[in-house]
Amino acid sequence: MLEFAFMQRALVAAVWIGVVCGALGFFVVLRRLAFIGVGISHSAIGGVALGIVLGLSPLATGAAFAVAVALAIAAVGRRGRLAEDTVIGVFFSGSMALGVVLFSLQRGYQQDLFGYLFGNVLAVSSAELALLGAAGAAVLAALAFAFRPLFFASFDEEVARAYGHPVDALGAGLLVLLAGTVVIGVRLVGVILVEALLVIPAATAALWAGHYRGQLALSIAFGAGAGAAGLALAYRFDLAAGGTIVLVLVAAFGLSLALRRR
Amino acid sequence: MSAGAERVVVCEGVSVDRDGRRVLENISFTLDAGRFLGVVGPNGAGKTTLLRTLLGLEPIVAGRVEVLGRPPGARPDPGRRIGYVPQRSVIAPTFPARVRDVVMMGRLARAGPWRWPREADRRAVREALARVGIADRAERPIGSLSGGEQRRVMLAQALCASERLLVLDEPTIGLDLPAEQAFYELLRALQRELGLAVIAVSHDLLALAAAADELVCINRTMHVHGNPDEVVHSHALREAYSCEFNFLAGEIAHHERAAKESAAHAHPEPHDHAHGERRR
Repeated sequence: MLEFAFMQRALVAAVWIGVVCGALGFFVVLRRLAFIGVGISHSAIGGVALGIVLGLSPLATGAAFAVAVALAIAAVGRRGRLAEDTVIGVFFSGSMALGVVLFSLQRGYQQDLFGYLFGNVLAVSSAELALLGAAGAAVLAALAFAFRPLFFASFDEEVARAYGHPVDALGAGLLVLLAGTVVIGVRLVGVILVEALLVIPAATAALWAGHYRGQLALSIAFGAGAGAAGLALAYRFDLAAGGTIVLVLVAAFGLSLALRRR
Repeated sequence: MSAGAERVVVCEGVSVDRDGRRVLENISFTLDAGRFLGVVGPNGAGKTTLLRTLLGLEPIVAGRVEVLGRPPGARPDPGRRIGYVPQRSVIAPTFPARVRDVVMMGRLARAGPWRWPREADRRAVREALARVGIADRAERPIGSLSGGEQRRVMLAQALCASERLLVLDEPTIGLDLPAEQAFYELLRALQRELGLAVIAVSHDLLALAAAADELVCINRTMHVHGNPDEVVHSHALREAYSCEFNFLAGEIAHHERAAKESAAHAHPEPHDHAHGERRR
């Protein structure tokens, strides 16, 4: 399959996105951000629709939307009047509704929409690949930079705060990274399934490793491995690449669950 | 302990508001190096708020606070050199860190983000774990330890964050009586050995009275500050705990009876013995 340039690009993209999502997924699982992840990723639809209608880059408007929603969730949730999952429920459905309405304005041409909803990794261009590479590297660098304080704050927010760590800024920053990663992952599996890349590799890793280093390494390995294996299976059996990758992850998770049942 | 010891904490007429309500009013006390101050008071008295004020986590609306010679939370070195053991019931059993990782968090708490552990840091962590008596647990997952052991881990973490001032919020909550006594004994020993200043908050008056050099009783405002014996017998204490007066009177009477009995046994160290039997 690698004789085709588009397949080479798709493979590189799938593995790289798996690495980035696997690394960030560690914190998604540790800090119980799975539902926030769903909220942020689905809210990107509103931004994508806005981009298509306005003739702007849908990925850029989707990213801006996702980041804005992430920060809004953090800000409203911190005020403490409403539970965070309530706030997420509001923003996430509101943003999707906006997407639905905006798409209904659009006559005909719905091809793009399906690409954003379900991913279209086979269509990744060289320029997009470069962009994915740079954005992913930025996410990983930010994560490495903030890892120690973020891990500390995940263990004990109060003590981390007392020792001068900017706990609120770290939490908000993590949501922004999440939004950025969602947009990176959209190319591979689409808005609907990107959450799978953020949660399943890290959840599977947590079944096998009890220490954070092992969990991080395994999460990254599962993300990258499922990207490659899913793409190969999709090519061999002519399936949708995004869905196949997610099913590989789910299969690995199910197998791990069965093997590691205590 | 000695005359002219360094003043570690100064609180002068401190008031704190929370959500527009005054939760602390005109609190004044000082703490010297090497002293153990117990802060007692009924539930909701503002004890935790007082600790958070010292840590720079609560803004004050009146008065003056100095911790180690500076206002708490002053940048560029916020919360400096205070070791903090917060009130805490459970650590997630699956939290993916070993005991020594958790203690290392205290050691590197104020290092920059790129600073990763060096040999000196690892040695400091090993020493701290040995001091609190759980060196053999260093490689265990934090969530696999018992409640009492976890308290010791948090104490080791605080020791790594500061060798001058420890602040503990209900450090023995959820521990059974022997574990509680062992924890306070350990704290006393560390305090003497390292010359630490310690501030511990508890609603458990008598346990703290037995361990502390000085006792402050607060209930929004300050009711009394003195040595534990005076405080336990003071009228002001009964005032602070007004609604629990009967319970408290019973506890104190019991405490005194135990102390008298043990003194009558002509134990070579009657005072310490009384501590051991202070309740039930």
